[in-house]
Amino acid sequence: MIDLSMAESFLSALVRVATPLLLAALGEMLAERGGVINLGVEGAMLVGALAAAIGASSAGPWAGLLLAVAAGAVLAAGFAAVAIGARTDQIITGTATTLAALGLTGAIYRRAFGTSGAGLSLPTLGPLEVPGLADVPLVGPALFAQPLPTYLALLAVPLLWWFLFRTRAGLALRAVGESPSSARAAGVPVRRVQVLATIAGGAFAGLAGGTLVLAQVGTFAERMTAGRGFIAIAIVVLGRWHPVGVLLAALLFGGATALQFLFQAAGLDVPYQLFLMLPYLLTLVLLAGIAGGVRAPAALGRTTE
Amino acid sequence: MRAGGWIGAGAALAAGLAVLVIFFVLTGHDPAMALAAMWRGAFGSWFALMSGTLIRAVPIALIALGFTVAYRAGALNIGGEGQFYAGAIAATWAGLRLGSWPGAMAIPVTLAAAFAAGAAWITLPAVLRRRFGVQEVISTLLLNFVAEAVVSYAVQGPLQESQHIYPQSDALPASLHLPLLFGTRLHAGALLAMAAAGVLAWVFSRTRLGFELLASGLGPRAAVVSGRIPVERLAVSALLISGAFAGLAGGTEVLGVSYALYPNLSPGYGFTGIAVALLARGAPLGILASAVLFGALEAGAAAMQRDAGVPAVAVYVAEAVIIVAVLLADRFAVRARREATA
Repeated sequence: MIDLSMAESFLSALVRVATPLLLAALGEMLAERGGVINLGVEGAMLVGALAAAIGASSAGPWAGLLLAVAAGAVLAAGFAAVAIGARTDQIITGTATTLAALGLTGAIYRRAFGTSGAGLSLPTLGPLEVPGLADVPLVGPALFAQPLPTYLALLAVPLLWWFLFRTRAGLALRAVGESPSSARAAGVPVRRVQVLATIAGGAFAGLAGGTLVLAQVGTFAERMTAGRGFIAIAIVVLGRWHPVGVLLAALLFGGATALQFLFQAAGLDVPYQLFLMLPYLLTLVLLAGIAGGVRAPAALGRTTE
Repeated sequence: MRAGGWIGAGAALAAGLAVLVIFFVLTGHDPAMALAAMWRGAFGSWFALMSGTLIRAVPIALIALGFTVAYRAGALNIGGEGQFYAGAIAATWAGLRLGSWPGAMAIPVTLAAAFAAGAAWITLPAVLRRRFGVQEVISTLLLNFVAEAVVSYAVQGPLQESQHIYPQSDALPASLHLPLLFGTRLHAGALLAMAAAGVLAWVFSRTRLGFELLASGLGPRAAVVSGRIPVERLAVSALLISGAFAGLAGGTEVLGVSYALYPNLSPGYGFTGIAVALLARGAPLGILASAVLFGALEAGAAAMQRDAGVPAVAVYVAEAVIIVAVLLADRFAVRARREATA
């Protein structure tokens, strides 16, 4: 039987899983709207996670969160310098960026916290309850008793929508992603826009990594992002490069992941690995389903001369 | 690879090592000691070369060769890791059932199963690309995570060892073990990788198929317009072959190295394979050389961690720098050529 408390914990788990994915995917969406596909988003999450751990262990969780944002932005700037500055293949450069982040975080982590394997315990960001609303049955705990990054992520959705579709800068960004040559003819500094969008995307990814450490796990482990950055890229496609779509796709993926908690609680005798793979398979099916009616920014992944 | 390619690759390697040295200095390790430990672990002895470096180069080379086939046709297979595991599962499953067969029959059948499983694992992304226009970059990547879950299920479910204690399979019977070379741990999979590279070098440079692959990858529109090259069908076939090679890598790893299925069989060979293919710019014989280089880096990194206390993961930074340096060198070469003709 599924009762109210199970439904509540399912929804809370859904939002918890979705938060870092939403943050990373919104950032990647910004870059991709400018025609840049950054596979280094996984790496940016990872450096964000480590920076959060280092910042939090020396100056508290807020410092950790800020450091995470900065670290993600710096890694994305490195990617942008090569991929946009020198116009190299974006997919390959992004893969290399993630590889570098894997090596850097692994080595720095061992240097900073030792190899003992003893669990590093960090000060974390507790849930901020919205008075009154947090007690609403069913959705209260999931939506109104979350740590700060969840609210930031949800707030970013309308803000980014407004930015993309209601500001000149947003228009310029979309123009760059659709047709760099026309944008340039209209006086838009194409590569500067792309670099800025990519760095902003990296900051989002860094925040996503910091969220993982400071609002959820409370510790750092090597490779702890476990492919979430790559999933975020799929979520961008699934969300059709639109903030609201990205929100829905992230929630959907969060729901598919959170199902395993629900079924475990219900005591179903199904191999848990089935639930591990479910979100990925679901994403694939949905990608196939929407592929006909969706179009990526026309210049996505192209190196612009 | 032409002379320019070798120079570029050498410069990239130098850049990678330079970054590694900077990293050693920054983290307070003695660079000379760390590099010496790496060298000993990679090339320092006959044993290190065969059982450290070359044994790692085999799966890396096979995956890189597969990546190259798809890359030539304009398709990116980022799912080598998943296909590797598909091959490893199939090889374990088949191998455990063929213990009564003579090895000369059982081994080829088992490797064929791994080859087929790798192709099967990439079939879905290939179909999704052809029928629905789903980018294979994303679909192959997503299937890596599914493969991890399948392996985890296999070693705790249908393929778990008979005591049902450890998350691993039973060991394969000795008749299934690949022959070892020169009395070292290096297995006959090395010969397979060399043969595969030879065949691909011939296909790429001497056959119509090789030309069509290249044409459809370089200029898909022109290739379609010419009407003689079925670009999309080629890309799908190339993806299948690409997956099959990675599956074969999983098979040779099980039959030649681990003799059983483990959840962490691959330390990231799927991604290293991509780096290797890029470094060699898709030239099959160059892939063999750069697979040995990356095998050496990883064998050396393991020794460096053991002997000099430097975290082995640091070597990923060097690998990343090598990839980026190759990309940059290519860009500069293109620009220089353009200026020369202008």
